Amino acid sequence: MDTRIDFYPTHEHCGYKLRPGKPYPFGASLVPGGVNFSIFSRDATSCTLVLFEKHAAEPMVEIPFPKAFRIGNVYCMMVFGLDCENIEYGYRMDGPRDPGAGHRFDSTKILLDPYAKAIGGRDTWGAKPDWNDKFQYRGRLVFEDFDWEDDRALETPIEDLVIYEAHVRSFTRHPSSRVKFPGTFAALVEKIPYLKKLGVNCVELMPIYEFDEFENSRTNPGSGETMYNYWGYSTVAFFAPKSGYAATGKFGMQVDELKNLVKHLHRNGIEVILDVVFNHTAEGNERGPVISFRGIDNKTYYMLTPDGYYFNFSGCGNTLNCNNPIVRSMVLDCLRYWASEYHIDGFRFDLAAILGRDPWGAPLPNPPLLETLAFDPVLGKCKLIAEAWDAGGLNLLGSFPAYGRWAEWNGKFRDDARRFLRGDTGMVGRLAQRIQGSPDLYEKSGRGPTDSINFVTCHDGFSLYDLFVYNDKHNEANGENNNDGSNDNFSWNCGWEGDSDDPEVNRLRRRLVKNAALLLMVSRGVPMFLMGDEVGRTQKGNNNAYCHDNELNWMDWSLVEKNAELLRFFRNMIAFRRAHPVFRSRTYFRNRDMVGSGIADISWHGTQKWNADWSDGARVIAFMLCGRHAKEGAVRDNTVYVALNGHWDGLLFSLPAAPEGESWHIFANTGLDSPDDICEPGGEKQLVNQGEYFIGPRSAVVLVAR
Amino acid sequence: MALNVSTESSGDVVKITLDGELDASVSGVFREAVEKAAVQKPKRLVMFMDKLAFMASAGLRILIFAKQKMGADVQIYVVGAQGPVLKTLQMSGFDRAVYLKDAYTD
Repeated sequence: MDTRIDFYPTHEHCGYKLRPGKPYPFGASLVPGGVNFSIFSRDATSCTLVLFEKHAAEPMVEIPFPKAFRIGNVYCMMVFGLDCENIEYGYRMDGPRDPGAGHRFDSTKILLDPYAKAIGGRDTWGAKPDWNDKFQYRGRLVFEDFDWEDDRALETPIEDLVIYEAHVRSFTRHPSSRVKFPGTFAALVEKIPYLKKLGVNCVELMPIYEFDEFENSRTNPGSGETMYNYWGYSTVAFFAPKSGYAATGKFGMQVDELKNLVKHLHRNGIEVILDVVFNHTAEGNERGPVISFRGIDNKTYYMLTPDGYYFNFSGCGNTLNCNNPIVRSMVLDCLRYWASEYHIDGFRFDLAAILGRDPWGAPLPNPPLLETLAFDPVLGKCKLIAEAWDAGGLNLLGSFPAYGRWAEWNGKFRDDARRFLRGDTGMVGRLAQRIQGSPDLYEKSGRGPTDSINFVTCHDGFSLYDLFVYNDKHNEANGENNNDGSNDNFSWNCGWEGDSDDPEVNRLRRRLVKNAALLLMVSRGVPMFLMGDEVGRTQKGNNNAYCHDNELNWMDWSLVEKNAELLRFFRNMIAFRRAHPVFRSRTYFRNRDMVGSGIADISWHGTQKWNADWSDGARVIAFMLCGRHAKEGAVRDNTVYVALNGHWDGLLFSLPAAPEGESWHIFANTGLDSPDDICEPGGEKQLVNQGEYFIGPRSAVVLVAR
Repeated sequence: MALNVSTESSGDVVKITLDGELDASVSGVFREAVEKAAVQKPKRLVMFMDKLAFMASAGLRILIFAKQKMGADVQIYVVGAQGPVLKTLQMSGFDRAVYLKDAYTD
């Protein structure tokens, strides 16, 4: 044991040796011979540390913080001689009980430390909690001795990313996944070869912070199944990985298991972005449980109405008071912790518009939290991605305060791409903007195409396959009379609602899925798609499957074989994008020749070459990317021609000439059946007729010149 | 719970045999054995676990410790792990960090 005098006990309580603690860092930190406990509360009148043996119903000791152990608004104390692997800790706080003034102290409750790095109490997914337990979510101590070897964040240039949005449990829970520990971080490691072969180089994990799947859980009256807080967009503890996602959760080793996942993803060139939910917490409104913040300092942590009720900009009962300096520091500490301790490559912020509101809910012109995150040194190389709207009606798409760092989920790409793909008119001009990385949204504020995360599907809404199988949402299984979920899906069922036996209908659906993949991969910006889209995963028309721990969410791995055709198309499209720098840039097209190649960086065409039809009735657009303009002329790439025919008829396209000495070769044509729909990059065959090409109904084509 | 730890060294190889159940209360004995082994600067550390019935997270922590204490050049073998012990190694991903063997011959 370290014998330094500054780690020598000076006080004692019931046999536990103590010393005044250090206020920083907040949370429980291991120090020589003991643990430093530190917690903030502005309005508490007293604070008590409550220690349990692991799983015990009653505390082993309660240690009130002596008066001398409070510094400002921080209670801090070192406790020596604890068996760090076998204790759980919480706090009691006393203070005013005056909800009208914003105070909801209750010393009968044992509170979770907001900085707890691991949580006991929900060790195994779906294991029914003991609701009589007086301490539901128990802070645990964490060792930071993981063997990272030489791992670090990959720092892949953002323009080179292909993002795969996945849910940890859903990805491997289905029996067809054939993994040792289904639904866990460990199982995801087993599936890395699949991701690598698919070609994605970034996984965006839906929430993995500790949440309670039993929050608002209920029984489906139809099926008798339990409906959970399955996706996890409701955080219990911001610093702790979800124990139930770890095969080792029952041993308290979720931290190591997640780190092991990150390390192995990195080893395979795959970045990890976490979907983080800082807009609200699992405590809900005034009728919700007292877990942590509410009992520690309600008035600091939550946005409150003048009479002490909870503002609900999140649609989930409460709103975290993110632009209060204390909360802002917590968010910053949290992200720094994940970036440094877990080597996380980036963060996607759920309902991020909330993070730009002041403590009274008004949008701020210069939100300190967003600015602080953008300029933070530890987060300096992390990707920061905003869902630029919230549930309170604030939509900052294109105007999110970016500080040169923030990218956005581009909801307009999703909507315009969907509408073009299903054959709406009036979309050609808008689609041209989306293909270029949405300069109409971002250029005027000095931003670039990589600020646009392009997607057609994400966890919210239809899966890609369902987008072309259902006109309407079918959320009956959610038990809310089909009232939940978005009504603006811009989907098209191809003439039949639901699964079809008609081979022509199914052929068309596959083609539309391929068109979407193609459009995503040839557009400037950062492509993202949803887990399973590459194999035609269905949610049976459910566009809000947040509560289902069943096949509505689970990835059915038998589709890998059944829809091998789609998987091959996705793989080759991704490989094509990654092989051709002409698609990937941090700057916008200028629509003119910048390098003396004789043609513009991007030129627009229609069924007639050099003559795009921008009229409202058009359903066709084609464009050519000049290979000599790749990376602003810094590298030489092939020239590529892409034609999108959204019309129900096949059309003859006259082709612009390939660069001198080169000829057009066909890479993809979604109008052809597999395996002629696409080839391996580099294996393209020369077109017989270099002047014209017939493109079938609702089909897309990619040609490459060489 | 009881744990017997015996150590044997020859040349560049240190062998540690674990017998019993490895939880937090007895993990110190194992840790001491690893620390002593590290002093000898072996090229290979072989841990026989065929008689180990159970390993808690405290045991895994010491494996992590061993790996870091010895350095990346030292080969670490875990031999004969089975049942719950093997499962714990696999779940935590530690099976990928060491040489996991059914049997060991010099």
